Amino acid sequence: MAKRIIGAVWESIKRWFDPRELRSVGSTPDYRFSLANERTFLAWLRTGLALVAGGLAAAQFLPPLPLAHLREVLAVGLLLLGATVSIRAVDHWARTERAIRLGEELPASRFPAVLALIVAVGALLLVGAVLIRGTTP
Amino acid sequence: MSADVGLPAERTRLAWRRTLLTLTVVLLLQLRPAFTGRVVDAVLAGVAILVWLVVLAAAWRRAAGAGPRRLGRLSMPLTALGAAALALLGVAHVLGRVH
Repeated sequence: MAKRIIGAVWESIKRWFDPRELRSVGSTPDYRFSLANERTFLAWLRTGLALVAGGLAAAQFLPPLPLAHLREVLAVGLLLLGATVSIRAVDHWARTERAIRLGEELPASRFPAVLALIVAVGALLLVGAVLIRGTTP
Repeated sequence: MSADVGLPAERTRLAWRRTLLTLTVVLLLQLRPAFTGRVVDAVLAGVAILVWLVVLAAAWRRAAGAGPRRLGRLSMPLTALGAAALALLGVAHVLGRVH
C-alpha cells in the first residue's frame, strides 16, 4: 500500500519534470490552450505565494496572541497551506496538460472547495478570537 | 488570422512577471529577520536568496519570451518547488523562534 502511494507520487514528480514524456502523449494542442493552462497554474501559484506572504507577515508583525502559540500556529498553518497550494498547482498543471493532449475530460478537483472552506473556517475562528478578546479585556 | 495573434503569449509573459514579483515580495519578507543578528536567521535568508535565484534563472526566459515555440517546461515545476521551499524556510524560521 505504502509502496504504491510512493510509486504514484514518484510518477507524478517525474511527470512534472519530464517535458518529453508530456510532449509524447496524444497530439500537440492549439498552443493557446497550453498557454491558458500555464496562466491558470501561475494564478494558483500566486495564490500560494499570497498565503506564504500571509504566514510570514503573521510571524513577523502580529503581537503575541493571548492564546499561547496561536500566532505561531497561524503562521505555520498559512505557510504549509501555501506550500500545498504551490505543489498542487504544478501537479494539476501537468495533469491538465496531459488531458488536453489526449483530448480527455479535464481533471476534476475538490481542491478549490477544500481550500475555500479552510480559509473561511480560519477566518471565522479569527473573528471569534477577536470578539472574545474585545469583550474580556 | 484573427487579431489576437500574440496576445495569449503576451498575457502569459505578464502573468509570469506578476508571479516573479510576488515571489520577490515573499523573499523580501523572508530577508527581514536576517537583520536581527542571529546566525540562524542569516543562514535561512541566504538559502532563501539561493532559492529565489534558482527560480529566476529557470523562469526568466519564460517571462521574457513565452510563446508557442518557447516552452521552457522546467520553469513550471522549479517555480512551484521554489515557492514551496520558501514556505518551508518560513516554517523553519517560526519553529526556530519558538525554542
